[in-house]
Amino acid sequence: MPQPPRETAVQTMPTGLTGRQQFPHRHLLAISALMPWEISFLLDEAEHWVGVNRAHSRKHDDRLGGLTQINAFFENSTRTLLSFEIAGKRLGADVVNMHAAQSSVKKGETLIDTAMTLNAMRADVIVIRHGSSGAVRLIADKVSCPVLNAGDGWHEHPTQGLLDALTIRRRKGSIAGLVVAICGDVLHSRVARSNILCLGSLGAQVRVIAPPTLMPAAIEQMSVTPFTDMDAGLEGADVVMMLRLQNERMDGAFIPSPREYHMLYGLTPERLARAKPDALVMHPGPMNRGVEISSIVADHPERSAITEQVEMGVAVRMACLDVLTRAARGVEGWA
Amino acid sequence: MTLAIVNAQLADPDADTVMPGSILIDGDAIVAAGDIAIPLDAERIDAGGLIVAPGIIDLGVFRTDKPAFHFGGITRAALMPDQAAPLDDVGLIRQATRAGKPDFWVHPIAAATRGLKGVELAEIGMMQAAGARAVGTGRQWIADSGVMLRVLSYASALGLTVIAHAEDGGLTGKAVATSGETATRLGLSAAPACAEAMAIARDIMLARETGAAIHFRLVTTAGGFALIRAAKADGLHVTCGISPAYLFLSDIAVTDFRTFAHLSPPLRSEDDRLAAIQAVADGTIDVITSSHDPRGPEDKRLPFADSSPGMAGAETLLALSLNLVREGHLTMNALMRLLSAHPARILGVQAGTFGAGQAADIIFIDPDTPWRVDSARMAAAAGNTPFDKVPVQGRVRRLMKGGQFR
Repeated sequence: MPQPPRETAVQTMPTGLTGRQQFPHRHLLAISALMPWEISFLLDEAEHWVGVNRAHSRKHDDRLGGLTQINAFFENSTRTLLSFEIAGKRLGADVVNMHAAQSSVKKGETLIDTAMTLNAMRADVIVIRHGSSGAVRLIADKVSCPVLNAGDGWHEHPTQGLLDALTIRRRKGSIAGLVVAICGDVLHSRVARSNILCLGSLGAQVRVIAPPTLMPAAIEQMSVTPFTDMDAGLEGADVVMMLRLQNERMDGAFIPSPREYHMLYGLTPERLARAKPDALVMHPGPMNRGVEISSIVADHPERSAITEQVEMGVAVRMACLDVLTRAARGVEGWA
Repeated sequence: MTLAIVNAQLADPDADTVMPGSILIDGDAIVAAGDIAIPLDAERIDAGGLIVAPGIIDLGVFRTDKPAFHFGGITRAALMPDQAAPLDDVGLIRQATRAGKPDFWVHPIAAATRGLKGVELAEIGMMQAAGARAVGTGRQWIADSGVMLRVLSYASALGLTVIAHAEDGGLTGKAVATSGETATRLGLSAAPACAEAMAIARDIMLARETGAAIHFRLVTTAGGFALIRAAKADGLHVTCGISPAYLFLSDIAVTDFRTFAHLSPPLRSEDDRLAAIQAVADGTIDVITSSHDPRGPEDKRLPFADSSPGMAGAETLLALSLNLVREGHLTMNALMRLLSAHPARILGVQAGTFGAGQAADIIFIDPDTPWRVDSARMAAAAGNTPFDKVPVQGRVRRLMKGGQFR
């Protein structure tokens, strides 16, 4: 029984979408599940929240008032958890955080049982991070409320892809036609996968730059151009997106040492000069200064968009929480 | 007591085509088969024109599962040593040989090394005396080439075939998928397909050195088949098997993190799948096994990388394999060689053909009956099949073990 070839979707933007048609998904699990116009819709929604967040007066909007948001983080996180918590609170939700370190997961409870427990507590939206690819989807199939993937293993981190796209769109005006170089540990990076899909879907030419030991097999099948030579990969780039190198991968397993990595793949001012003069520098954080990125580049006032990414993160997450709960809140056209 | 199965279409592994005929059985053994005269006093069993074939001998199952074996026409199962307590001890082997009675035969595969750890030789000779029919490395590759050399030479002197797992453990590590587009998109830990050929290449060298007989239980890549083909051409005692999953599915089946498609070795690329079909057709592959490994939700309803590999395959083994006949890759007789005669030879059991004196383990096959695989309604101990909802054809209507219907 031969299997059908992988879908190569011909995507034509439908017109006149209203209400739920603009985002007909119950969960946000992966960028791979989204059409380009659905991504753009979320970015447009997020623009509104950027304005609200920047207002110097009250940032509160109580549209999620009375709803319970559970942030279930099975893997340690500071900034993503904080970002989701702030996003939920600014929308008026009752936000509860569950850390794996304190949970019964350590006592051997299965992931499904944990999901059923959260569900029984009548959460209205659940934000999940898990160290295993596909784990968030597994939970989403078992609960009756919307689930937001805050990162699953090496698979996807969709809100990171969206916030990076929003940052680039605001800085560059548009994403179509830009050359984006994603550089670092692509193999183990969910951020890289979500960005490849998100930016590629919006029309960017995506390159990935990685040491051969950290380059996934057949990555060119995801419509990217792989480079192992960083200088070549940066040539003429509009955006340089650095990835974090995990400590445990630095000591001989995948690369010989942090200093050798810095020599070959660190973003220095000299290297950055290969990219376009106005190239944007991005990093999902937390940074290893002096390893994948030098401080001069990271702190460059015009070129670095790193703190802006953090700001966009809150706006994107507010947009996602708002959109995903519209059906439950009975918003007209979404119920 | 003499039995005669009459009005049958005989799928004799020793013949070239399916022929009408009869089988004469005395006690638990076959007396004669083919276009034979039936004694007047024989009890006649009308096969009603069904295909009659030797019972399937499943070379490498992880669990004895009577309802699934009965459904699938399996009369003998070689039990893998990977049990809760690895089969590395005489008592465990003796116990395993009794596990199928009286419904089917269990032929345990003795662990080659203590605890399947790949370090010290297990008591292979004593386990053979207790009923072990082969020696196996289990799910694991023996990393130490010196240990593997000694396993092969020792087993060879006892006349036992070594059943090996063909994946270089250094390359596979904790991988749960084959390197390629699917694993990359899903973010799954993956190993290159050449891990298989590397393990096979080493073990063929050791088989050549020792003259031992080695059977690679599951070979699934073009690189692996090329090595097996060359080793056979050199006259080495090298055989290999495959399970239907690798013939009819590629790694695309893993998309959406379907843990029922989490197998070991992992599903391969479409090119390797096509190479597997070719290797079945040209005789490179000797055995088709179910690799039956029923796993409940506690092992499968987990994130992909945390789930246990394996599929419940016993009841779909024949129906899926019949696709090979229907698509013209094999004759029915050749298929029964892969399912019965060759596994019998590797295990050294008097079964698997219609020759005089062979065990009267016989199945009646209705080759065209359509049915649909349904993971929720399987006979097996668990419904973990990657073929859920797939339409298939072919059912076993009756099953005889040792001259008695079961």
